This record gives sequence, C-alpha cells and structure tokens, in this order.
Amino acid sequence: MNKPATPNSFRTGPDEQGMFGIFGGRFVAETLMPLILDLERHWNEVKNDADFRAELTDLSTHYAGRPSKLYFAEGLTKHLGGAKVYFKREDLNHTGSHKINNCLGQILLAKRMGKKRIIAETGAGQHGVASATVAARFGFPCVVYMGATDVARQSPNVFRMKLLGAEVRPVTAGHGTLKDAMNEALRDWVTNVEDTYYLIGTAAGPHPYPELVRDFQSVIGIEARAQILEQEGRLPDTIIAAVGGGSNAIGLFHPFLDDKEVRIIGIEAGGRGLDGIEHCASMNAGRPGVLHGNRTYLLQNADGQIMDGHSISAGLDYPGVGPEHSWLRDSGRVEYVPILDDEALEAFKLTTRVEGIIPALESAHAIAHAVKIVPAMDKDQIVIVNLSGRGDKDVHTVASMLGMEI
Amino acid sequence: MVTRIDRRMAKLKTEGRPALVTYFMGGDPDYDTSLSIMKALPGAGSDIIELGMPFSDPMADGPAIQAAGLRALKGGQTLVKTLKMASEFRTGDNETPIVLMGYYNPIYIYGVDRFLKDAIASGIDGLIVVDLPPEMDEELCIPALKAGINFIRLATPTTDDKRLPKVLQNTSGFVYYVSMTGITGSALADTDKVAAAVKRIKGHTDLPVCVGFGVKTAEQARVIGANADGVVVGTAIVNAVANVLGPKGEKTADPAEAVATLVSGLAQGVRSARLAAAE
Repeated sequence: MNKPATPNSFRTGPDEQGMFGIFGGRFVAETLMPLILDLERHWNEVKNDADFRAELTDLSTHYAGRPSKLYFAEGLTKHLGGAKVYFKREDLNHTGSHKINNCLGQILLAKRMGKKRIIAETGAGQHGVASATVAARFGFPCVVYMGATDVARQSPNVFRMKLLGAEVRPVTAGHGTLKDAMNEALRDWVTNVEDTYYLIGTAAGPHPYPELVRDFQSVIGIEARAQILEQEGRLPDTIIAAVGGGSNAIGLFHPFLDDKEVRIIGIEAGGRGLDGIEHCASMNAGRPGVLHGNRTYLLQNADGQIMDGHSISAGLDYPGVGPEHSWLRDSGRVEYVPILDDEALEAFKLTTRVEGIIPALESAHAIAHAVKIVPAMDKDQIVIVNLSGRGDKDVHTVASMLGMEI
Repeated sequence: MVTRIDRRMAKLKTEGRPALVTYFMGGDPDYDTSLSIMKALPGAGSDIIELGMPFSDPMADGPAIQAAGLRALKGGQTLVKTLKMASEFRTGDNETPIVLMGYYNPIYIYGVDRFLKDAIASGIDGLIVVDLPPEMDEELCIPALKAGINFIRLATPTTDDKRLPKVLQNTSGFVYYVSMTGITGSALADTDKVAAAVKRIKGHTDLPVCVGFGVKTAEQARVIGANADGVVVGTAIVNAVANVLGPKGEKTADPAEAVATLVSGLAQGVRSARLAAAE
C-alpha cells in the first residue's frame, strides 16, 4: 500500500465527507442517511458550545470522577528495571472503564436532539453498563444488544445492566459476539428511526461517530499530557494503549499525535497467534474493507466475507477497528503490534501482584507490551500505559484460563 | 443507453401493468439448486430478477434473508459464483433483466473495475448496493453508470422532499421505494401511505417506481401494484426455499417448484392490478 504523504498535522481529520484518507465514510442504508446527517448537524452545533461543554465537564467531574489519576507504577517500574511506567487510571472512573466518557457525551447529545430511547451494542459489557448507567441517570429507556456468546461469558455485566433498568437482548445471529450485536443494533435503528438514539461504544461506525467518540474520549490524552508535564516536566517517550474498536486508544493518542518525539503504540489482540484465524489483529493481518458504516482494516476472507476473530478479551473481540487508527497505521504515525492471549494473561497476573491493581484484560494487552519494551529503555525515560478499565469483570475468564473454579 | 431494464419497463407500460420484481438469494441452499430457481422465475411470471449476493453481515436484512445468506455462504457461494450463475442463466434467457443486490464489501474486495467488467460479461443489468448512499457515489455508482450498468437506489420514508433529488440524481433503471423503515421481511406498511409516497417520488422523477418490503401474497401484490410501476417480493421467496429444507438443510421438496408456485400466484396479483391513475 502506498503511504500517504506526511501531513503537517495528524489531528485535522476527518474531512467533510467523514474520511480519514481512504478510511471512514458513511456506508449506510438510505434509511439511516438522514439520521446520520441530523446527528452530524447537532454534533457540529454542540462540539464548540460552551454550555454543552460545561454540562459535560460538570458530569465528568462530579459523576464520573474525572480527572482520572496519572499514577506512577513504581512496583512495575522496579520489577521491569527500565523506563518509568505510568498508568492512566481510567479504571477508577465510575462504571470502571473509559466507556463512561463517551456515554456521558452522547447522552447529552441525545437529550439535545430530543430522542426518547437509547440503543447500544456491547461486547464485554463495559459499554453496555456505561450506556445503561447514563440512561438511568437521564431517564431514558435503554436496549442493549449483546452477542449470546458474550452474554454467557460476561454474566456479571448482564446483571448490572438489568439492575440499571436496561433491557439486554441476546443476539444469536452469526457467532453471537460484538460484530453481530452491532448488526442487530443497526437493524433496530433502521426500524425505529423516529425516536431512537444509537449510542455507539467505540470510535467506529459511520461518520460522525468516529469523530465524536474520539472527541469525547480525548479527555484521556488531554489530561495525561497535562499531568505528565506537571509531574515530570516533560512529555513521555512512549504511550501505549490496547485497540479493539480503539476508543480508549484514540482518546489517549489524539492529543499527542503532533508531538513528534512521542512514540505511539497501539496493541491489537494477537489471540492464539497471527498464523491462524484465532486473533483480532485487523491492522496486522487484515485488509481494508467496508463494514458497519465505515471503511477500515477488517479480518475477512478472499470473497470479502467478514471473519470472526478471537481474543481472550471480549472487549477486543471485533474483526475491525476505528477508521482513524487505520489511517494512522498507513500514515506511519502510530505503530500497531499484536499481543497474544498468554502474554496478556501474564501481564494481568503481574500487575495484580506488583501493583495491587487488577487490570481489565483489554488493558493487560497494553501492559504486556510495556513489559516487553520497558526493560530495554533507559531509567530516565517515561512510558504511559492506558489502564482503560478494571479487571473485576474478567476474574471468571482468568480463573478458567488458569484452570481454577471460583 | 438503453438497458434490459429500460426495455422491460417500457414494454410493461404498454401492457398497462406493474412489474413483478423477484428477489432470491444466490447460492441458497447450493449453487445448482439456486440456478434452477433462477431459471424457473421468468416462466412463473417474474419480470425482473434480483439476484442476492450473500454477505456475512447483512445489516439491513431481517432474519429470513440473513439465514438465506448464511446457507448460501455455507454452501460455498462467492461473488465469482454469483456472476457465473448469472452468465449461465443468460445462455437460456437474454431478455429478463438481472439486478445484483447486496452489500459493498465483497464488490470492493473483488475490485470495482474488475467487477464491472465481469458483471457486464455475465449479463448483469443493474446493481442495488444497500450500503452505498449517494454520499458515496464515487465508489461504485459513477463507475457503474459509465460502464452502462443501472444503479438502482433505495428511497425510504425517511427520504424527504429535500433529500429526494440527491437520491434520484444518479439513479437509473428504476427507483426502489422501501415502503417502511425497518429490515427486510417486516410487516406490510399502510397501502394509502405507500401510494402517497410513490406519488411524491414520481413528482421528482420520470423513472419507474417499484415498491418493496413486506409484500408476501398475491393480494398484497395486487394492492401495492395498483399504485406502483412494480412490486418487489423477496422475503416470501426466500421463505419458500427455507420451507422445503429439513433441519439439516436437506431438500424435502423441489425448491424451484416451491418458488415457481409462489411466484405464479404473485404474478396473477400484479396482472390484476391497474396502473395508478397518476399516469
């Protein structure tokens, strides 16, 4: 693939058509097109609106608990014996992950648009819980589509969503994972166009979702950049985040994209290895295609049929990725590397032991890469890892991987 | 450029009746059976054939067409085979228009230029690509029109008068009016509303307007056909195939015969419909 020319800034996308280079766009059925244009119009109104921003900031502060801390992971740093490792503590947010940042932004948007009903898709259940949470807070009925396979392996989150008043609809179509849940959410939206707001959980889908989700998540990187400048007096050498759809990663990365001295690494789910089909490394082992409203790197066969990936982490178990990541990959600004299930599991155990923090399996992928590169770095160098969520939801998965019963 | 679709629509207009447009899923449940279904369609009264291209993630389709697509993929159907099916059909029928219907990704992966070349060689007359709205016309619509293939667009109840001109701008062959918001196979919409919508669209274009989504019976075909230039039936045909498949996908009766019986009834429905007074 031809590399696009290096732009003056990596932070100007998308263009008016919703494209990041060849990626992104609005590949949706005509029924949805007027809705997406309507959403774009409202989004353009609110994104620089002081009242909207003030309301969001107030909720982020007093409801979600922002700013999240930038924590010097001393135990892990000592253990690895190289660069200083910092964790951006998104796990400390209300509902336990970065997902709340996006949900608060979008629920305020839905309210402004006069919508009456919220739908969402979820994989691991973190976005479903965050959606159900903001729907409860603002009094919206909420339907969450979740693959039947994921309903089975993430039952605590299913219960949480139900407690919060959401209806969880298991999706048996396809293979019953996040991809199928997203199809079903789109079908609901096509059917209930009048009153329904589709609260997408990641920085993917048709324009303007990749842009608006990124902007709501960029609070992660904006805070982290200011915090490291305050705590260390300089920018980090490397920042690392796990990429499923890629919302926590784009949120951390975007404010750093034009800091040329900062190395940026996104971690894909390598599953059981990239040789077979049991992984979700769409940017390392897939090719560009069109799914769920956007063009992006996808796992697919020679006929253009989308494949089901595999990851130990339900949150990374998606055969595509947000379009801006695809563009950042091709432009060379961000490196994307895979981490295997086993490596993530080791990092999960290590972080629990040396830091007293149980990370989400998604975040453990990012930590696993730090474990690989930090020992070879100088002690005065700095690495920030996005600890995107807490791992309480994953203890059943980890126990079964370790052959234990709980 | 005049295509088979244009000729067929003109002919039906002189006959004073709407077209019966029949959708079936290419490769469901297997290539040979599916080809036999396709070959049976014109004789049973289908005026235009929509040949479904299976896709793993058909986000605008209901359970029936989703399942048909999965059966086809399981049976080994690919875009290469779908085009081959059209060209095999063409050896015995050079008149009935064929419209390929599906999603963009398999075409994108096949390569747009190569696809258009092979589609023309296979006797394809038109394309309906669900996830390519006018905003994405540069992708396939413009190249298809240049290559001489009709690009048939869907208009929906959410397509208001302000947006209609944009939707119709590069549409050719006919306009496919989706009579309700929702996925394929949903319940039939209010026929008065449909008639009003067709009239509204006709205020913006001279193209024929065919109506789909929800038509299952001959009577419904007659009622919808009274106010439209064509009636599209899809889910009912796909169900006719599914109904003669056993729990393991084995055929319990001849799917081509089951489809032909259904289509014959629908054809009687459209033949008893009158063209709208709007003519």
